[in-house]
Amino acid sequence: MIKKIFFQSIFFNFFFLKEVFSAESGGMPQLDPEFWISQIFWLTITFGVLYLALSKFILPKISSNLELRKSKIQENIEAAEKQRESSEIKLKEYDEIILKSKIEAKNIFKNAREKIIKDINSKKEILDKQIDDEISNAEQEIEALRKVAAEKINKIAIETSSDLLKKLIGTEINNSSISAIVDDLSKKNKDKYYGS
Amino acid sequence: MAANPMTQFEVYRIGPEIKVGTFDISFTNASLFMIISSLAILLIFNFGSTKKSVIPSKIQLLAELSYSFVAKMISDTAGSKARPYFAFIFSLFMFVLFCNMFGMIPYTFTVTSHIIVTFMLAAFIFIGVTIIGFIKHGLGYLKLFVPSGVPIVLLPLIIVIEIISYLSRPISLSVRLFANMMAGHTMMKVFGGFVVSLGIVGGWLPLSFSVALTGLEILVAFLQAYVFAILTCIYLNDALNLHH
Repeated sequence: MIKKIFFQSIFFNFFFLKEVFSAESGGMPQLDPEFWISQIFWLTITFGVLYLALSKFILPKISSNLELRKSKIQENIEAAEKQRESSEIKLKEYDEIILKSKIEAKNIFKNAREKIIKDINSKKEILDKQIDDEISNAEQEIEALRKVAAEKINKIAIETSSDLLKKLIGTEINNSSISAIVDDLSKKNKDKYYGS
Repeated sequence: MAANPMTQFEVYRIGPEIKVGTFDISFTNASLFMIISSLAILLIFNFGSTKKSVIPSKIQLLAELSYSFVAKMISDTAGSKARPYFAFIFSLFMFVLFCNMFGMIPYTFTVTSHIIVTFMLAAFIFIGVTIIGFIKHGLGYLKLFVPSGVPIVLLPLIIVIEIISYLSRPISLSVRLFANMMAGHTMMKVFGGFVVSLGIVGGWLPLSFSVALTGLEILVAFLQAYVFAILTCIYLNDALNLHH
């Protein structure tokens, strides 16, 4: 079966090939001048219309469109450049403001500190003065009290010793002699009693 | 089934015969594909240019990329003086490209595979470039045929060669495009015919060839349109900036 098809195809090949090559000698239709005028006429019309339509209507539109795009892109690039510059300027301004405010804050802090230190110092001085005054007052008072205390003690000593003597002996003794003794004793033992 | 590979290039009338005087200007399949190509170009570039968004849509991107591609091609080869001829070269490139590409669709007609079409385009370019050259430089444009730094003994020969090469420009330009398109399409047809005639057993080899050829032909379709446009730019450059 396959063999049959094979031989058949080969047979038909020769048959058709003969036809192919015999038909090729028919000549070129291009060289037949029958329709040359018609082709020239229609070529002129179609190409002329094509040229006119392209050059008058379509190509100017494409070219203006290309120009438009170019200029738009250029504009956008310029606008972007401008915005970049302005943002840079703003960034600089921002930095300056930040720097300024930092310095200001530092100054305020410094001033406040100085003021507080001054206040503290003045208050301290006043307090010191008050304390000194009070101390000196107290010292004076103590001094006065000490002076009075010695006399009072002497007096008490004299009175008690006279009372004691009266009860022991039963007679009045002259106060002046007792006071002389007490004075003598207190003078002797002054350091012992009051610690100077 | 293995039809004549040249029948695809046959021009036939669509509709009635139209005659102006003795000239036959009937609407043919060639005219149909010229109109289809032009309409396709106009539609694509119209939709690609109506919306003016900063971020382009796909079709707008296509239109703008083609625009800048052709603009770069012109400024690279012919300099800034060629700016007024941009629209012409753009439509020329697009027309040839679309005609070539529409020819790649099966059962279509390839407009540029006809020598008369390519020759008319090339002749128009040749005449236009020559007129521009004479307008820009007057008779000084003839200096194009006299290269500098050539010994006087050789000069007559060089001038003759230069003139011949200049005059053969429209022929080389048109034949290059026409021959490329015709040869490619003929080859594809022949290989297609082989696929049918060799059948299911031997047809795979020509089929794979056909597939590869389709890719190659699409490349050639673009390349020939590009070459056509860039040679126009080079000729225009000669006319605008006389270097000799």
